Amino acid sequence: MSNTRQHDASSAWRAPVLIVVLIALFVLEGTTRNAMFSGSWNTSLAILNMGLISAVMALGVNMQWGYAGLFNAGVVGFVAIGGLAPVLISTGPVAGAWGAGGPRLLLALAVGLGAIALAAVLWRRLMRPLNGVAVLVVIIAGFVIYRALFDVAVTGIEANNSAAAGNIGGLGLPVLLSWPVGALFAAGAAWCIGKVALGLRSDYLAIATLGIGEIIVAVLRNEEWLARGVKNVTGIPRPVPYEIDLQRDAGFVAKAADFGLDPATASGIWVKLCYAGLFTLVLVALLVLAQLALNSPWGRMMRAIRDNETAAEAMGKNVTRRHLQIFVIGSAVIGLGGAMMITMDGLMSPNSYNPLRYTFVIWVMVIVGGSGNNLGSILGAILIWFIWIKAEVWGPEFMGFVTSFMSDGALKSHLIGSAPHMRFVAMGLVLLLVLRFSPRGLLPEK
Amino acid sequence: MTQPYLSATHMRGGYGKADILNDCTITVDRGQIAVIVGPNGAGKSTAMKAVFGMLNLREGTVLLNGEDITRLTPQERVHKGMGFVPQTHNIFPTMTVEENLEMGAFTRGEDFSDTLAQVYDLFPAVAMKRRQRAGELSGGQRQQVAVGRALMTKPSLLMLDEPTAGVSPIVMDELFDRIIEIARTGISILMVEQNARQALEIADIGYVLVQGANRFTDSGKALMADPEVRRTFLGG
Amino acid sequence: MDILNALVAILNFVVIPAAAYGAQLALGALGVTLIYGILRFSNFAHGDTMAFGAAACIIVFWGLQALGISLHPLPTALLALPVAIAVTALLMIATDRVVYRYYRAKRVDPIIMVMASVGVMFVMNGLTRIIIGVDEIRFDDGARFVINVADFRAWTGLSEGLALRQSQVVTLVVTALACWALFWFLNRTRSGKAMRAYSDNEDLALLSGIDPDRIVRMTWIIAAALATTAGVLYGLDKSFKAFNYFQILLPIFAAAIVGGLGNPVGAVAGGFIVAFSEVAITYPWRKVAGYLFPGWQPEGLLQLLSTEYKFAVSFVILIVVLLFRPTGLFRGKSV
Repeated sequence: MSNTRQHDASSAWRAPVLIVVLIALFVLEGTTRNAMFSGSWNTSLAILNMGLISAVMALGVNMQWGYAGLFNAGVVGFVAIGGLAPVLISTGPVAGAWGAGGPRLLLALAVGLGAIALAAVLWRRLMRPLNGVAVLVVIIAGFVIYRALFDVAVTGIEANNSAAAGNIGGLGLPVLLSWPVGALFAAGAAWCIGKVALGLRSDYLAIATLGIGEIIVAVLRNEEWLARGVKNVTGIPRPVPYEIDLQRDAGFVAKAADFGLDPATASGIWVKLCYAGLFTLVLVALLVLAQLALNSPWGRMMRAIRDNETAAEAMGKNVTRRHLQIFVIGSAVIGLGGAMMITMDGLMSPNSYNPLRYTFVIWVMVIVGGSGNNLGSILGAILIWFIWIKAEVWGPEFMGFVTSFMSDGALKSHLIGSAPHMRFVAMGLVLLLVLRFSPRGLLPEK
Repeated sequence: MTQPYLSATHMRGGYGKADILNDCTITVDRGQIAVIVGPNGAGKSTAMKAVFGMLNLREGTVLLNGEDITRLTPQERVHKGMGFVPQTHNIFPTMTVEENLEMGAFTRGEDFSDTLAQVYDLFPAVAMKRRQRAGELSGGQRQQVAVGRALMTKPSLLMLDEPTAGVSPIVMDELFDRIIEIARTGISILMVEQNARQALEIADIGYVLVQGANRFTDSGKALMADPEVRRTFLGG
Repeated sequence: MDILNALVAILNFVVIPAAAYGAQLALGALGVTLIYGILRFSNFAHGDTMAFGAAACIIVFWGLQALGISLHPLPTALLALPVAIAVTALLMIATDRVVYRYYRAKRVDPIIMVMASVGVMFVMNGLTRIIIGVDEIRFDDGARFVINVADFRAWTGLSEGLALRQSQVVTLVVTALACWALFWFLNRTRSGKAMRAYSDNEDLALLSGIDPDRIVRMTWIIAAALATTAGVLYGLDKSFKAFNYFQILLPIFAAAIVGGLGNPVGAVAGGFIVAFSEVAITYPWRKVAGYLFPGWQPEGLLQLLSTEYKFAVSFVILIVVLLFRPTGLFRGKSV
């Protein structure tokens, strides 16, 4: 038993040390200007803010993986669908869009969903082989009606002011409201996929989520009526002041001068600090909730299921249902992160949803931070995000150093040119090394 | 006195911290049929696994033909002449019967067609289905394929873990007849059996284990005749 | 005549492209299914293995080109393929040594192996990018067409044209050869049977004296050969772009699961099922309908789903199989 106590003692100072290291990194980034750091507080805070958002996403992934051992390979999809919420909730309505096909569109979606629901009911109620035929008929008929309604509606909406809008538009509600809505969107998608893939082999969930991730991103990219597709939605409202307004505000400029900052820099820093405060608030709230949940009877049961599924099942626990629960909750948190990200960017650009960046880097964060440990995921996320961003700068520096002995030539320029890709190798190596030599991560689960 | 072909003496060990075997001794002579019987949880299968090296022994030695094999892995024991038929998962279900038997002879570089012919002679029902997938056969025939696979290694000691579990009485009698035939060719047989009565009938030597220790050891007939064995283990 | 035109249109726009694509998926799915059968995990790095193999092939191809060696009219890449396979196989075996072997010895949960394969995927992805960059590369120096549209029209007098590209023929021929060789190996050779035995029942295979390290090594070599071949054929057909190989992972998994994970025949069938569904569902049938029902002028393109959603087709197939027959059509390993 003494071993465990020693272990606890060693892990007690791990979190504070990690926090100090992180603070040091961000301060260095903000103050020191050299080959490694930019010396700009704006850059430092920008990295921190995205790090905080990544931490929210990592928290969601940690619930799925750390609490329940579920491998979600479609994080990017849940991030993307959460990001849809700010567009649909907070942007202003598009004039004429609703009239051009709104009701018809809703009807089409209702028909589509209705057909699937009806098919599901028929499949259960009718006898074999009648049910197969009935389901097929309902699905085909439903699809034809859906397409007939849907295509006309979409053509109408997309034709409406297609240069500046061409989408259905938003509700014009406060943008903060869109965050929980984003979580709901992601939860809905997660429920659908979890219903199908949970209860089967663990790899099947990974493959199915890989698919849903790609499909959600494809939908965002191609359905212009929804969020303008690859034409991007810009000007999503902010919950914090705009830099331009601050720079015009005489009071703010005077305050900035007191700190010895020019208005442009100061406004950037202030806006980012506002975001950082907001994100930290959300993150702390989530962390507290997650810790409470983890230490509640529910959380203990979750971990019991993870550690021995067979035994839990034998004790009468419905493992698949519990897994569905945690999968939906985790995805909701990821979706919340997605909505926060779009809010901060003020821009919805579906082409930026790269699975390597949004699925697998988040995974590295969780594994490095310590699967099963919420605080670990958060700190791991911020650390990995910092490294991920800086590696883009460090990679070429490093390559330049390595190749400095080489004579100029095709090989040297090729190596220097390919240096930014080094970070993929680095991420992979970090993941493999942690998985192998320290599978419990920087902050091990208690 | 000559050494028995297999002599596993004073075995003590288990899977976790608690010992399942407590000073258990099993010996089999050449061409003999030895049967281990006993109540549930007596460590019958464990004793056989210990003989085969699937379990680390804390005490005791296993000698095969006078050679100490206590520290060898199961695979190495196969090379030394032990054949083992597990109770379940004892065939390659998606492979044909013939391929199953071929895999038994995998380590034998030489021509094994005569051994194959012997196995088919022994199990004509299996010979008829040599091109069929083993997983599609009936329970009794699968068991025959499993025994056949083990015979393909040309073992001098064949170990069977409950070979008649889950097969009908007719198939069981048939299988026991085959086992007697195998023993007549000079192969020693060590068998764990749930159907104690029938197994002891064909046994040259029977071991009754209780809580991982030898309780009674005698010829099969003598055990069947012993009133205490009958009362406690054979149901009167 | 119109019926013939309709048939030619179907052949030209659906059957030929789907067959070539199906062959590429089949080779990919074979690799995934073999690794699953022997090593018992879904290899997320398989798409990037294909990309790496294709990149290695392109580099050898450039070397051959520089030496003035050409296989014209066949694509010279075929000559480079064996070298690329050898390089990829070495990388796979090395990867197994430093990554997977440890987890295999510890007998971890398969999902940990999947996670490790994600790490490998990252590394291979980065390696490929470093070696060859992210740009689109064409390396098909063979003849373009076996049958071209104008010739076909002249021969047959039909108004509908038919083109058969050489890369498509090469794909089908090479796939047929690769499948023949693989099935011959698995069903006829001692080593192949040992591999199947190991996949069927690991413990019994060990008891039969089959050497697990050798089986694992063979599996990686074969998987590397299949992945490289698939990657090169896909690149010849559609040009090489590193990111495309990540995206092809989903249809490959779908194909392997449809056929039943662990079942090689199923993987081949699954590849063609996925490819034909994908192409048929995203093809605009308006032209064919025009030939068959001359009086009917449909309003839309008669396209069930736009091509951007072709991955949705694999996904739906995947979902349907998971819902109704999780072991796949050809019964693979247990769920």
